[in-house]
Amino acid sequence: MPTIETDVRGFVTDNFLFGRKNVSLAGDDSLLEQGLIDSTGVLELVSFIENKFKIIVEDDDLVPDNLDSINRLIAFIETKLDEAK
Amino acid sequence: MCGIAGIQRFDGQPIGREMLDAMVATLDHRGPDANGVELRGAVGLGHTRLSIIDLSGGVQPMVLEDDELVVTFNGEIFNYIELRQELIAHGRRFATTSDTEVLLQAYAQWGEDCVQHFNGQWAFAIWDARRQKLFLSRDRLGKRPLFYTVSGKTFLFASEVKAIFAHPSVSKAIDPVGLDQLCTFWSAQPPRTIFAGINLLPPGHSLTVQDGKLTVAQYWDLDFSETLDNVSARELEEQLLDLLTDATRLRLRSDVPVGAYLSGGLDSSITAALAKDLNREKLCTFSVEFENPEFDESVFQQEVVQRLGTEHHTVRCSHDDIGRIFPQVIRHTETPILRTAPAPMFLLSKLVRESGIKVVLTGEGADEAFGGYDIFKEAKLRRFWSRQPESRVRPMLLKRLYPYMKNIQSQPPAYLRAFFGVKPQTVGHPFFSHLPRFELTSKLKAFFTPEVLAATFDNDPLTEAEGNLPMAFADWDDFSRSQYLESRGLMPGYILSSQGDRMTMANSIEGRFPFLDHRVVEFAAKLPPRLKMAGLDEKHILKNATRHLVPDSIRQRSKQPYRAPDAQSFFDTDSGIARFEYVDAMLSPSAIADAGLFDPEAVSKLVEKARSGAAIGTKDNMALVGILSAQLVVEQFVNGRPVDVPESACV
Repeated sequence: MPTIETDVRGFVTDNFLFGRKNVSLAGDDSLLEQGLIDSTGVLELVSFIENKFKIIVEDDDLVPDNLDSINRLIAFIETKLDEAK
Repeated sequence: MCGIAGIQRFDGQPIGREMLDAMVATLDHRGPDANGVELRGAVGLGHTRLSIIDLSGGVQPMVLEDDELVVTFNGEIFNYIELRQELIAHGRRFATTSDTEVLLQAYAQWGEDCVQHFNGQWAFAIWDARRQKLFLSRDRLGKRPLFYTVSGKTFLFASEVKAIFAHPSVSKAIDPVGLDQLCTFWSAQPPRTIFAGINLLPPGHSLTVQDGKLTVAQYWDLDFSETLDNVSARELEEQLLDLLTDATRLRLRSDVPVGAYLSGGLDSSITAALAKDLNREKLCTFSVEFENPEFDESVFQQEVVQRLGTEHHTVRCSHDDIGRIFPQVIRHTETPILRTAPAPMFLLSKLVRESGIKVVLTGEGADEAFGGYDIFKEAKLRRFWSRQPESRVRPMLLKRLYPYMKNIQSQPPAYLRAFFGVKPQTVGHPFFSHLPRFELTSKLKAFFTPEVLAATFDNDPLTEAEGNLPMAFADWDDFSRSQYLESRGLMPGYILSSQGDRMTMANSIEGRFPFLDHRVVEFAAKLPPRLKMAGLDEKHILKNATRHLVPDSIRQRSKQPYRAPDAQSFFDTDSGIARFEYVDAMLSPSAIADAGLFDPEAVSKLVEKARSGAAIGTKDNMALVGILSAQLVVEQFVNGRPVDVPESACV
C-alpha cells in the first residue's frame, strides 16, 4: 500500500525533477533552495495535495514551513488528515 | 529587403556560379522579385531582391566600375536622399536613384567609416577589388542578420544559415556551448550561434576579410554615460516627439505602399498614428487576434483603428494554427526558441503579403529604449525591497507588477519572498536586473544529457557575458544597466531576429522600426531614468509626449507583454493527444536519444505533464517549447529532413 511518503516523493520526482536519477533529494532538502519549485510549482503542489488526500489547504497554510521539503509535506498532510478525523 | 550571400576563396581559385546560385536559391523568400550574382575571380557575391526603392534602378549586386567596387546589400539606408546630396557636393556622380548606390558611393568616399553616416537597417558586403578587401557590416542594433564561417580555405557569408549550409564543405552540428548560452539568455551570444563553427556578426560591428585574415571591429555601442539633467521634462517631450516624427518620416520612404502592425499596445499605436499623420493617404494596419482570450488584445486594436480610421486587416490565431506552422517557423528562426510567440508573427506577415503590402512599420524598440518591460519594474521593486528585506508590505508590490499572471496573483507572501527576494550577494551584481530571468531559463539545463553537460562544463555563460560588457557599464545607474542588457541581449538575440526579421522575411515582408532610429535610441539613453520609469509608470515620457496621438485607454492600460499559447499549441489537454504527428515523433524517446541533447526519460515525464495539461508554469512551458524546437532544428538542419505539416493536418 502506498504511503504518504511514496505519493509525495513520486509527485515531486515526476513533476519537478522529471524523473532524473542523478539528482538525489533528501527528506529535509529545501525545494526552494534546490531550485525545484517555481511560482507555479507551489500551486501544482497544493492542487496535488488537495486532490490526492482530499484535504483543504487554507491560505494560512501556504508557508514554506509546511511545504518546503518532503518531510515537511508529509508532516503537514498527516496533521491535516488527523484534524479531519 | 533582400537576402545576401557570398564566397571568397583564399586559395585564389575562381568561384563557380552554380555554387553561389545554390546558396542564393535558399534565400528566395527574402527577395522573390529578382536575383543575381556577380563573380570576380576568387570572390562571388549573390543577391535576392525584394524591390522597394528605385524599382528599376536598384538591381543587385551593384557594381561601381570606376572604383572597382561590388556590393550585395540587404536593408535600407533611410537617409539616402540627404546622403546623395552630400556625396554629390563631394563631386560624386550617380547613375541611379537607389539607396544601394548611395551605400557604394559613401564607401568610395568615406571608406569603412561610411557606416557612421547611415541611418538605417543593413547587412551588406562590399568587394573592394583595388584593396583586395571584403568589407561586411551590420546595422547598429541588429535589425538585419549576417552569418559567416570559414570552411577550409573558403570564407562564406549569408543572411541566413541555410545559405551557408548549401555549401557542401560546411559541416552541420549543434554547438553545445551555443545551446548552453541559449538556455541562459534565450539566444546564443554572437559571434557564437547554435551551430558549431557558424558565426553571427554582432550588431554595431564590421568585418573585414583581407589576405585570408578576418578582423571584427565594433563601430557603435549604446552608451548611457551622459544624462540630460538640466533640460525640463516638457522640452525633452517636445524633442522626443520631433525625433520620433522624423524617424517615422524617413521610414515612410518607399516606392511601394507602407502598412503598419497594431498590437493593441502603446508603441505600435504611436508608430501607426505618426504614419497616418505624415501620410494622409489610406493606411493599412494589421493585427493578430487570438482565439484564447488570455492572449487576445483585439478590443484595444479596434480602439486604435477607430481613432485613426485605418483599413484594418486581422488574422485569427488558434492553438492548432501555432502547432501546424511551428516546424516551418523553426526553419526560419534557425535556432531553438523558448516561446511560441514568433509563430503568430509568421501568420501576420502572411496576411500582409496576401493584402498586397511589402513594408510594415512596427513598434519594436520602444520597450527597450523607454523602459517598458516588466523586467525593469521588477528590478526596481526588488531593489526597493532589498533595502528592507524583512518588510511584509514591500513584496506585495510585486503582485501589482503582473496583473495578467494568475499564478503570481494567487501566490502566498512567503513564497513571493522566496521567488523575488534579493539575496545579499546579488545586490551589486552587474546582471542584478536580469538574474531572475537567467536563473529561471537555466532550469532547462536540467534536461541536458551528460554529454552536453560535459561539453559545457568549463563554460560559464554569465562570467563570459560579464567579460564582454563595456568598460563604462560599471559607472551607469541601475536602470541604465538593465536597459543596456535588454537592448544588447534579448532585443537583437530574439525580438528582432526570431520574432522579427525571420518572421517578416519568411513571407517577403520588410519591417521598419521608427523607435530603433539610432537618433531616438541615443536620445532615450540620455534621458534621466525617472522620466522613463516615474514611480512604477513605465514609458512615462513617451506616454506624455504622445498624448495627442493615442487614445487615453491605450496610454493608461496596464502593460501586457505580447505572448502566445505554448504547450496548449502542441497538445489537446482534454484528450491528452498531440495535435500533430510530428510532435510525438520529435519528442519520442528514440528521437530525443538520437539528437543527443536532452535526457529521454526526463523529456518523457515533461511530455506526460504537458499532455495532461499540468504544465502550467513558465519553466515547464519554456522547456517544452525549447526542447521541441531544438529537435526541429536538429531534424531540419543537421539531419537535413524538412518537417512539413499539411494545411489540413490535425490528429
